[in-house]
Amino acid sequence: MRLILEVWRQESPRVPGRLEAYEITDAREEMSLLELLDRLNHQLVEENQEPVAFESDCREGICGTCGIDVNGVPHGPENNVPACGQHVRSFADGDTVRIEPFRAAGFPIIRDLIVDRTGLDRIIQAGGTVAVDAGTATDADTLLVTHEQAEAALDFAACIGCGACVSACPNGAAYLFTGAKLQHLALMPHGKMERGKRARSMIAQMEHEFGPCSQIGECALACPAGVPLSAIATLNKERLRALLRRKDN
Amino acid sequence: MTHESASAPAKKGAAMASTDLDALRVVGREIDGNVPDAAPDAAWDDRKLHYNLVNPSNRRKFTVIVVGTGLAGAAAAAALGELGYNVEVFSFHDVPRRAHSVAAQGGINSPRARRVDNDSIERFVKDTVKGGDYRGREVDAFRLGQEGVRVIDHMQAIGAPFAREYGGQLANRSFGGVQVSRTYYTRGQTGQQLEIASAHALSRQVAAGTCHLHSRQEMLDLIVKDGRARGIVVRDLVSGTVRAMTAHAVVLATGGYGHIYYKATLAKNSNATAIWRAYKRGAYFANPAFVQIHPTALPLMSQWQSKKILMSESLRNDGRIWAPKAKGDDRDPNLIPDAQRDYFLERRYPAFGNLVPRDVASRNIRERIEAGYGVGPLKNAVYLDFRDAIDRLGAKLVRERYSNLFDMYNEQTGEDPFTTPMRIAPSVHFTMGGLWSDYDMMTSIPGLFVGGECGWGYHGANRLGANSLLSGCVDGWFTLPYSVPSFLAGQLGEDVLPLDDPAVRQTVADVEGRIARLLGGGGVHPPDYFAEKLGAILDRYASVSRDPAELPDAIGQIRALREQFWRDIKVIGTGDRLNQELETAGRVADYLELAELLVLDALDRDESAGAHFRTDHVTEDGEAMRDDANWTFVSAWEAPPEAGPGAGKPIRNYEPLVFKAVPLQQRNYK
Ligand SMILES: Cc1cc2nc3c(=O)[nH]c(=O)nc-3n(C[C@H](O)[C@H](O)[C@H](O)COP(=O)(O)OP(=O)(O)OC[C@H]3O[C@@H](n4cnc5c(N)ncnc54)[C@H](O)[C@@H]3O)c2cc1C
Ligand code: FES
Repeated sequence: MRLILEVWRQESPRVPGRLEAYEITDAREEMSLLELLDRLNHQLVEENQEPVAFESDCREGICGTCGIDVNGVPHGPENNVPACGQHVRSFADGDTVRIEPFRAAGFPIIRDLIVDRTGLDRIIQAGGTVAVDAGTATDADTLLVTHEQAEAALDFAACIGCGACVSACPNGAAYLFTGAKLQHLALMPHGKMERGKRARSMIAQMEHEFGPCSQIGECALACPAGVPLSAIATLNKERLRALLRRKDN
Repeated sequence: MTHESASAPAKKGAAMASTDLDALRVVGREIDGNVPDAAPDAAWDDRKLHYNLVNPSNRRKFTVIVVGTGLAGAAAAAALGELGYNVEVFSFHDVPRRAHSVAAQGGINSPRARRVDNDSIERFVKDTVKGGDYRGREVDAFRLGQEGVRVIDHMQAIGAPFAREYGGQLANRSFGGVQVSRTYYTRGQTGQQLEIASAHALSRQVAAGTCHLHSRQEMLDLIVKDGRARGIVVRDLVSGTVRAMTAHAVVLATGGYGHIYYKATLAKNSNATAIWRAYKRGAYFANPAFVQIHPTALPLMSQWQSKKILMSESLRNDGRIWAPKAKGDDRDPNLIPDAQRDYFLERRYPAFGNLVPRDVASRNIRERIEAGYGVGPLKNAVYLDFRDAIDRLGAKLVRERYSNLFDMYNEQTGEDPFTTPMRIAPSVHFTMGGLWSDYDMMTSIPGLFVGGECGWGYHGANRLGANSLLSGCVDGWFTLPYSVPSFLAGQLGEDVLPLDDPAVRQTVADVEGRIARLLGGGGVHPPDYFAEKLGAILDRYASVSRDPAELPDAIGQIRALREQFWRDIKVIGTGDRLNQELETAGRVADYLELAELLVLDALDRDESAGAHFRTDHVTEDGEAMRDDANWTFVSAWEAPPEAGPGAGKPIRNYEPLVFKAVPLQQRNYK
């Protein structure tokens, strides 16, 4: 299969970037998009050109390291699938595919397709944690959690931290990411203790680095972990709750 | 390091000391695992009582470097931070949560023994020791079980939403060939949830100012002075800057080296550089040949497939493994009638059937494929079939049990396991070998500790399913926070090594020299070319079975490839910026050295044990046959001396293993 790849090349944050077109003549349907980039890089290295820098690690959809915009869509054409699970079979022979880094003000470009997503980590550091030191936890069997509650917590905890939601959002908002963490921890017995405090500090940090939400919903379509859009409602609810209750929990 | 050469007392394991082998290695001395002098079940309490303590107000005066933020590293860093130490945390990932622990699926063991299925810590120890084919320390397994009980409590408290029964208590299941239910899980994402919870706990310490995070920084060497570990040298992967950081102690938690086989279930960037550099600086390397091959991974489907993907072991609970009875039968599997199918595991192992341990399953699957019965486009797989389970249990129940795995299979292959049997093939998955450490998790270099898969602990010659997430958590949360401070206590008032110390400067210069060499290669082949060739050699000679007559060949091929690497390596770009080719080249260079030690260990260990299956040590039934009289020890390889009689030859030291609670016994799964 023949594909034209238009790939964003940018040597460093300080120099401007540009799209470069490359032709791949032997793409195969079963290749993942990242394997397609591997193929391209192989070709570039043979021609003594610098390969395209892009990130990946697990290549099985769980680590959240991969992340590229494909024809303007985070990760690629299939909804709720990370780039490492997207396949060439989504394209037709002769197609042009534009591959760019995740686009968001909160994600500065480092090189080519690699962006800096540590802003999400700073939201976690602001309060997406539980204040229990090693060895001090109570017996987990004595803290009853309903089957449903545990499953619901996992639906939100499943976030792989890739940042696709931010890139999908025209405003570059991190509401889905932050809302998912607030919901996950609000459902956990120990997490409840700092529920109000957490909402205040995480939301403040989020607003400091990322854009506002205008309820468009692109984020949930892009999310490889299928985090439900209700995470955004949760965030707004938790914000209000914390404001009204003025308590730590 | 001192060592006695061939005159060692018992000259352990030298039974087949052929001249061949003597040309390759030196038999060293007996080493001491520093195991407490108490009954195995009382050892940990005894040791904890003897550990030195550091006064809380003095703790921040000590700096500990932790390399790695997987389950072991994130936990060790967070726990030391919580205690008040100053912790410098390094990882080549962009954020801590990406460590490959995140990819573990099945679950984490914990002998909480709440059910009436007769589990206990003793039974856990027995399963671990027997599963490891008696090549791990029994006392270590006791600590793993004893501390493992509270791991679940802690991980749940810091955010892991473990599956719950309808009564509200923790759910668990049986896993990986054991007969009791002690595996805790969060759907098929246990590793992810444990990793995120640990990374968050680390974030909490970052916010508290006790832990300082150095992301996208790769450790490229260890600084050793006067026989003590004093720091590390790292390269900033974005700016290319090489610099040193010194500390009172260094903890390596850098994960497994299975990626040395090129296509494995490990992440693309997993590597052995940190532990290999430590080995070169004097840390012993234990049992490098003990590599676990998982039976149920997705087979390679094309040359471009970048890695292998694990399909959880739990699938074997209901799926039946088969190959066609006729060679090269490439009909649609649904058209092959039962009479023409060979359910070879059920046929050969009537008692355990499809649930035989990983090594046995892998060996049998590989045997079928190599004998010409493989299926799929590349004839490199066998079937894992759910047809009968769906008939027996109904599609709904099967979906409930395995939906995320079936979806993953479908996402990767475009095929539906409900209607077409899965195709699976063995893949390298886990390395039981790793840096040798004593009972306190300290390596042979004082001040250098290990945790998690980069060490050698607990798993002997074969790891039990769900025991590795446990060992990462126990090492990081509940062992290193006791043993590291005890080491630090003796250094009160001592400063870390200044950065202008000659030992620091020399190590930085060594790293810079190596980078320059990689960049200045002949420019013929990129690093991946060599990685793939090396993987093929290891796969051919040192995977599910090892033939001693062929292993010297493998060593010859590895040496030739290494020479070619340094002659022909092509690294495009420069070292002063983000350069992924350079990163890969450095990792492959280290693999090319470690691979030789791995094969040498396979040649040296003149017995079969667990995953190490030597074709010349086989029982009448075709199973692995240990040689307890000569080989009940862990091999602890020491880097070759540069000069003198044994120059250039690694020294194989040995730590004898003692079994008091679980008497030595041959495995039998027939
Ligand atoms: C697909 C898969 C499924 C698995 N399923 C299970 C399961 O169900 N149950 C179970 O018990 N076990 C399972 N295992 C095994 C288990 O997940 C691993 O053994 C364990 O998680 C390893 O944890 P770790 O902390 O030792 O290393 P890792 O999680 O691999 O972390 C390594 C860390 O070290 C850092 N690092 C490495 N080298 C350097 C360097 N030179 N410089 C700086 N940083 C460095 C990395 O950035 C990373 O942070 C599975 C493994 C795989 C691959
Ligand atoms: S590489 Fe890990 S999620 Fe894509």
